[in-house]
Amino acid sequence: MYSPEVEKALESAGAHIGDIIRIQRGSEVYEGILLPRSEYGDPSCIVIKLSSGYNIGVKYTPGTVIKRLRKAAEVGKFPAKKAERKPSLPPVSLIATGGTIGSRVDYVTGGVYMCVKPEELLYLTPELEDAVYIERMRSPFLVASEDLTPDDWKEIAEIAAKELNTDVRGVVITHGTDTMHYTSAALSFMLRNLSKPVALVGAQRSPDRGSFDGAMNLLCAAHYAARSDIAEVAIVMHGESSDTYCYAIRGTKARKMHTSRRDTFRPINDLPLARVWPDGRIEALNTKYRKRGSSEVYADTAFEKRVAIVKAYPGSDPEVIDYYVDKGYRGIVIEGTGFGHTPVYPRAEKLSWLPSIKRAVEESVALVMTSQALYGRTNPYVYRNARVLKQAGVVYVEDMLTEVAYVKLGWVLGHTQDPKEVESLMLTDIAGEISSRTLFNTYLI
Amino acid sequence: MRDKSFYRSIGLKCGLEIHQRLKGGKLFCSCRSTLSEEPSLEIIRKLRAVYGELGVVDRAAAFEHMRNRKFVYKYYPSESCLVECDEEPPHQVNKEALEAAITAALMLNAKVVDEIHVMRKTVIDGSNTSGFQRTMVIALDGYLEYKGEKIPIAQVCLEEEACGILEDWGDTVVYRLDRLGIPLVEVSTGLLEGYSPEEIQEIALLIGVTLRSTGKVRRGLGSTRQDLNVSISGGSRVEIKGVQELELISKVVENEVERQLSLIKLAKELKEAGVREEDFKPPMEVTELFSETKNRVIKRALKSGGVVFAAALPGLSGFASRELCPGLTLGKELAYHARAYGVGGIIHSDEDLAKLKLEDEFKKLRELLKAGSRDLIFIVAGPPDRAAEASRAVVERAKQLLNGPPEETRAANPDGTTRFTRPLPGAARMYPETDIPPMPIPREYVESIRASLPEHWEQKVKRFTEQLGLPRDLARQVVWSEYLSLFEEAVEKTRLPPTLIASTLVSTLKDIKRRDKIPVEQLPDEKIMEALLAVDGGKISKEALPDVLRELAKSPGETVQAIAARLGIKPITLEELREIISSTIQDNMEVVLEKRERALGLIMGRVMAKVKGRIDGKVVSEEVKRKLKEVLSTSRVEA
Repeated sequence: MYSPEVEKALESAGAHIGDIIRIQRGSEVYEGILLPRSEYGDPSCIVIKLSSGYNIGVKYTPGTVIKRLRKAAEVGKFPAKKAERKPSLPPVSLIATGGTIGSRVDYVTGGVYMCVKPEELLYLTPELEDAVYIERMRSPFLVASEDLTPDDWKEIAEIAAKELNTDVRGVVITHGTDTMHYTSAALSFMLRNLSKPVALVGAQRSPDRGSFDGAMNLLCAAHYAARSDIAEVAIVMHGESSDTYCYAIRGTKARKMHTSRRDTFRPINDLPLARVWPDGRIEALNTKYRKRGSSEVYADTAFEKRVAIVKAYPGSDPEVIDYYVDKGYRGIVIEGTGFGHTPVYPRAEKLSWLPSIKRAVEESVALVMTSQALYGRTNPYVYRNARVLKQAGVVYVEDMLTEVAYVKLGWVLGHTQDPKEVESLMLTDIAGEISSRTLFNTYLI
Repeated sequence: MRDKSFYRSIGLKCGLEIHQRLKGGKLFCSCRSTLSEEPSLEIIRKLRAVYGELGVVDRAAAFEHMRNRKFVYKYYPSESCLVECDEEPPHQVNKEALEAAITAALMLNAKVVDEIHVMRKTVIDGSNTSGFQRTMVIALDGYLEYKGEKIPIAQVCLEEEACGILEDWGDTVVYRLDRLGIPLVEVSTGLLEGYSPEEIQEIALLIGVTLRSTGKVRRGLGSTRQDLNVSISGGSRVEIKGVQELELISKVVENEVERQLSLIKLAKELKEAGVREEDFKPPMEVTELFSETKNRVIKRALKSGGVVFAAALPGLSGFASRELCPGLTLGKELAYHARAYGVGGIIHSDEDLAKLKLEDEFKKLRELLKAGSRDLIFIVAGPPDRAAEASRAVVERAKQLLNGPPEETRAANPDGTTRFTRPLPGAARMYPETDIPPMPIPREYVESIRASLPEHWEQKVKRFTEQLGLPRDLARQVVWSEYLSLFEEAVEKTRLPPTLIASTLVSTLKDIKRRDKIPVEQLPDEKIMEALLAVDGGKISKEALPDVLRELAKSPGETVQAIAARLGIKPITLEELREIISSTIQDNMEVVLEKRERALGLIMGRVMAKVKGRIDGKVVSEEVKRKLKEVLSTSRVEA
């Protein structure tokens, strides 16, 4: 992304990225490896790596002379490690889908790339080799998690089901952290008859640094998949900022709660399923979970994609509901305030959501209410506004998280679009997404 | 005594890296950096070896990884945040620090780069939570004048300070996060050839003075740190980290030259004695042999589940006590390699085995290892994995003795000797900090800094002499001292005579440190300023200043006022003084009448005992003389 002027000068010097070049500008001379430019900075500055290893930018001005000296040393390939069969270790399957945990830095350009081969992960966490035997590695795609779609969830679910029906003890899925809790919810609903553990795992620090957190996460995820008796989809990531243990958090009760901390995933309205130590110890923390068994798993991936999330807030325009209804959407999750409220009787009458909500219900669009308070249970009976909404046909989904409600609604609508059935399924606990009791100690874990 | 021509003849080459902390907040976040807090919590981490651009682990990084240490980080609520905890990406570069670094670069005649790129330098000894240090080139290709020659300044960098180490228990290291991220300017010279160790030290001093003359640097313990690269012909490049005092540089260089010469000589001797690499055998576990040992150290190690490893080092018997340089025997050098793996050290057959109660065991060991009388035998005791690695490291190091001094990183000890810390890191350890975009540096910005550069230190000496009336020596002392910017501030903010301020800063403080052994350098500038302002405002006398500063250094938390009150040095007014003088004369009237003018000394003494430090001594003397004269003149009439 150099300026056209620089591009031209480099071209006429025959200099390519990676070549060692000399830049002469008046009495100043700079020598180094020619590097590509990032999106930021001055596009007329030529970036070179000095022999000291430092990068600097040298401004190209008329009269600057560029000379190509020689081709730089070949940049080494990131080595992949072949998994060795260790019959004494429990077998697991690994599905790599992308994200920071599967990325690497090009040490010359500084660019971040997804690992091309899932085997490269083993190279990042050699300890894995002594903890489990990686029977198979699959990689349907490698994308950043914010780029994932429901179609990708389906593909992961199908591969996971296939793997779970082999002799492996469990499945580990590497994944970007941003939307990991959407995928974990999707897999929780799609993997029916689940009888083995499925661990989703990611990293908040990239593998190029000594402080890479993904290694411990991966190790704990492997222990969870291979050694736990919990047949649930769980997110296995740092339990605290220290490199001490991971939490396995139920896939329908997990949320990314911090943009950057290692311990970003927290259970909401639930206790963690277990504490998993990198040395293989697993401590159960939640008495309520599905036990490991021998049933055959199948992927039930029917999914209605015309589902949306909208958020109610002071001054919010109810037309957003009309927009989705007009576009033919079949379901909308409203993230309401408090117990599950939207504006109903504002002083500016046209900001009331009630007419749009009534219209949506009339057109058989499923409306589901969650709370932006995250913690606690929705309740349509305490205040009048909610009573009116409930009366109008909005389904209050107990203590379900917004993201989970979105995924569940898509999955439910993929199976039935009958309003009564949809309501009943939305209020039935299918994969631990609704808890009938809220324990005192589930707040701010 | 070795002269300059000697160092020329052995081909001494030395590179200097001067690190100087800058004033102001942290480099990549908004934390303050006063280092004055108590920690509130701690975080435990591990670091991993990562793979460099050539797909290989850097040898220094691999070494650290093998040690598998646990790092505990103490968190200080106002002086560390998520950035220091490696839990949040860095913020944009602190503008004030950037400007200070550019100022320093320009004073060193270096060319500021057009665009700054922040880099990550892999460091996994735990001193950086991230596993790397953030650093950036600010300028290249400068120089400093020294004895009419141009000393090349290769590079000026701006980087983040590492964590401070609090404790090192071998397998666990405790660090403080408050220090991490303080901005540092790093000045690297080109290779200095043909200079003596003293001259190298003078060059380092000169760089330090130049940096201080910017007025933007921190002073006090640890605020400067020197790294040295030393090599001689036939030797190797050795990086010596962390020389804390500039005055230690020449000694460290001399010692390193001596150490390398000794190792070259030793290699020759061993080869002549027919020792070959293949004669070195790997260590073996010999715990059994020590089950009945009377040696306390080993007994304790075994009791806590430890093991003993041993090996024979061919041809090295008698050499372990040889001094490689003053204060460093070969035995100690080998022990440093064992210690790097978290064991206490080694015990070898050149030591007084009878005293160590190990005679029997070593006799059996010699048989077991099939060692000859010319072989040195050593043991390492400790936890199984550590003892194994440590003993292997000692054998490897001994094997290298055949090849002279190896390339390595060493750390400076306070006595001017050095210790092995790790192999020299390779080149594959620097890559871009992708979280911070490149920063174009507009030429106009650089020129605006250049237009208002602080005075050169020589100009300052001249100005202080001519305009402030400081004696030339004192002026130079102040300019070369760490207190330069405080001096300038005090001259501006108080009406005190500049000579008083200067001598307080360069000699009174030094006296307190020397005489009372109080770490006066820890006294913050603000506290010293508070004391000077108190003198200026007449709240304490200048005579009381040394006492106040001493007490302040002991308890920097107290105010000057509180200390003055505690010491009972509340200043007295002229009226109070006159009353004290009158009553003193009155009380001693007999002597006064008898000795007349000769009673001055006695009265003066008695009065001073009552008012010392509470009023200017000159005033006391004048007033006593005046009053005495008055009393005597009236008494004569009476008489």
